[in-house]
Amino acid sequence: MIKVEVKNLYKIFGPAPQKILSHIKKGTVSKKEILKKTDHGIGVNNASFQVEEGEIFVVMGLSGSGKSTLIRCLNRLIEPTAGEVYIDNEDIVKYDVDKLREIRRKKISMVFQNFALLPHRTIEENVAFGLEVQGLKLEERINKAVEALVLVGLKGYEKSMPSELSGGMQQRVGLARALATNPDILLMDEAFSALDPLIKKEMQDELLSLQVKMHKTIIFITHDLDEALKIGDKIAIMKDGVIVQIGSPEEILKKPADDYVREFVQGVNRTKVVTAGSIMKNTDTIVFSKDGSRVAVRKMKEASISSVFVVDKQRRLKGIVTIENATKLIKENKEDLNEIIDTDVEVVSPDTLIEDLIPLFINSKYPIVVADEERKILGIIFKVSVLAGIMGEEEYDV
Amino acid sequence: MYRLPIGKYVEIGVDWLTDNLSTFFDIIKSAFLFVIDGFEFIYVGIPFIIMLAIICTIAWWTAGKKTALFTLVGALVIKSIELWELTMKTFALVTTATVIALVIGIPLGIWMSRSNRLNKGMRPILDFMQTMPAFVYLIPAVYFFDLGPVPGAVATVIFAMPPIVRLTSLGIRQVPRDVIEASRAFGCTPKQMLFKVQIPLAKPTILAGLNQTIMLSLSMVVISSMIGSGGLGDIVLKGITQMKIGVGFEGGLAVVILAMILDRITQSIGKPKSKRKVA
Ligand SMILES: Nc1ncnc2c1ncn2[C@@H]1O[C@H](COP(=O)(O)OP(=O)(O)OP(=O)(O)O)[C@@H](O)[C@H]1O
Ligand SMILES: [Mg+2]
Repeated sequence: MIKVEVKNLYKIFGPAPQKILSHIKKGTVSKKEILKKTDHGIGVNNASFQVEEGEIFVVMGLSGSGKSTLIRCLNRLIEPTAGEVYIDNEDIVKYDVDKLREIRRKKISMVFQNFALLPHRTIEENVAFGLEVQGLKLEERINKAVEALVLVGLKGYEKSMPSELSGGMQQRVGLARALATNPDILLMDEAFSALDPLIKKEMQDELLSLQVKMHKTIIFITHDLDEALKIGDKIAIMKDGVIVQIGSPEEILKKPADDYVREFVQGVNRTKVVTAGSIMKNTDTIVFSKDGSRVAVRKMKEASISSVFVVDKQRRLKGIVTIENATKLIKENKEDLNEIIDTDVEVVSPDTLIEDLIPLFINSKYPIVVADEERKILGIIFKVSVLAGIMGEEEYDV
Repeated sequence: MYRLPIGKYVEIGVDWLTDNLSTFFDIIKSAFLFVIDGFEFIYVGIPFIIMLAIICTIAWWTAGKKTALFTLVGALVIKSIELWELTMKTFALVTTATVIALVIGIPLGIWMSRSNRLNKGMRPILDFMQTMPAFVYLIPAVYFFDLGPVPGAVATVIFAMPPIVRLTSLGIRQVPRDVIEASRAFGCTPKQMLFKVQIPLAKPTILAGLNQTIMLSLSMVVISSMIGSGGLGDIVLKGITQMKIGVGFEGGLAVVILAMILDRITQSIGKPKSKRKVA
């Protein structure tokens, strides 16, 4: 189900945004020209995208590309100049103040880059803030706040003040505050950017594990590609207010839409992103265990390979036989392949990362098999295709 | 060179006001008198010992042991030089002027923090109010309210109000943008934002304004004894006009002690509780 849909969204800063808008829609001017010739700035230029319920949608781009402006249009902290923002199929751009406030209180909450906690309040009072604004009774809101604090691993800090906590902990409070109102949608604007690398990684893992439980729809802003690839189900890349590409992490890496995106994805650690499924090769050459040694040898000769995988009737992997052993079997006048099957084959699922494939090759004489849960073969991976995957050339045949 | 008839126009204006708005001024006068008399009745009416206990407790509670001790000694000094009652009268005037300055000044400051236009427009007016030599206010005040404590209190309100207005506005404007944004994102109404976020965060700045307003009130209240507002100013004035150095000094000393006690106490209200005990 589509939770959030943005259609042709524009945000122009300046005294006469509508006038500039008509120029931009005609496509006669660029962002730089507008900046130079008028005192207007373009925050978001014709953005459209959809976010599925329960999805983590990452928006990425360089500084000034309009990420913060875009995310703030989703709860109208910034008023869009034009366009529609549908949340559960209702255009919130048309909402009046009261309805907008209601949706901010109940359905969407936000986590900020610099935490934005209230320094004069204790942690639990900070977390309870959204509920307090809704008018909940003290006891009820403190109970919920404590629940949220437990969720983010901050039990025991209820009575502390924000200034007594480290940055990472403060952002956990920010997250707890956003979760306390039990919203459907979380907006996170560079929520982890202010944290140092180790804490940042910890928070990312935490968010992902929370997400398994919560299934929120999360819109997450970052300028860090590694972060985007790690947590994003889908990634949108922005440049000068325009969304230049939307896709899964792998799509972005494999088929960058233009040079801007290509530059972005250069230097990314691909072993953490590219999966076994995307670099595996189809294999037509397999033998059934009932086939016998002669069939096996013939198939290997035809395909000029030195070993072949053996499957049972349901095409489930049984193991591998080498051409030497099969020939030996023939010389002994035996047929049954089961005698010579080597079961010491590495099997992985298609979503295994290259990172985790590499150590398997160290111990394995054979290619690695990619199989589904029933051990049905989906494809195989050679050492050389792993290398190609790391280099980002997996489309080419090896 | 042509002489601009500024003074003359001011006189004409003031005359017009006294003629046409005399009922209005009478109402203000009664209101002021009511408040001043009320405070004076309380302060002077409470026996010295009890008052001493109250003030020392407040000093201890807000500013700590040292200030409490200072308050105790200071009050005893004032009592022994027989200026306690006059000090309480002065304190009543200061309280009146401060309360009225706050009642007008804080809302005005809040309003200014929300409107850039008002902020711009008010700034020169506030500068004017504060830098005009204090006793210049006394003349029109006497015109409108006769002699006595009321014109003094009115002049004091005008003179002492700018800091509270300015610092209320400043304090609210200084609340970090992202905190404001966060409270909007959680669905605050403007009123919730003001009372749950802006005012609490601006509190230290507003209290600094309160401190300055009280100090200015005190200095002005002393000056306004020239128009018969009474209190410690009378003693100081007597010292000056009759060349009685000793009397003048005693009056001045009482003013200084009162000022220091008020200053210490109001300064520590703004500080976080944990730091208060140490100070
Ligand atoms: N209030 C504003 N008035 C005028 N221009 C603005 C305003 N806010 C943002 N802009 C402009 O809009 C563009 C996009 O800004 P935005 O803050 O959305 O970028 P960003 O991608 O979030 O950048 P960063 O990574 O630095 O946070 C920038 O060119 C910026 O200068
Ligand atoms: Mg930003």
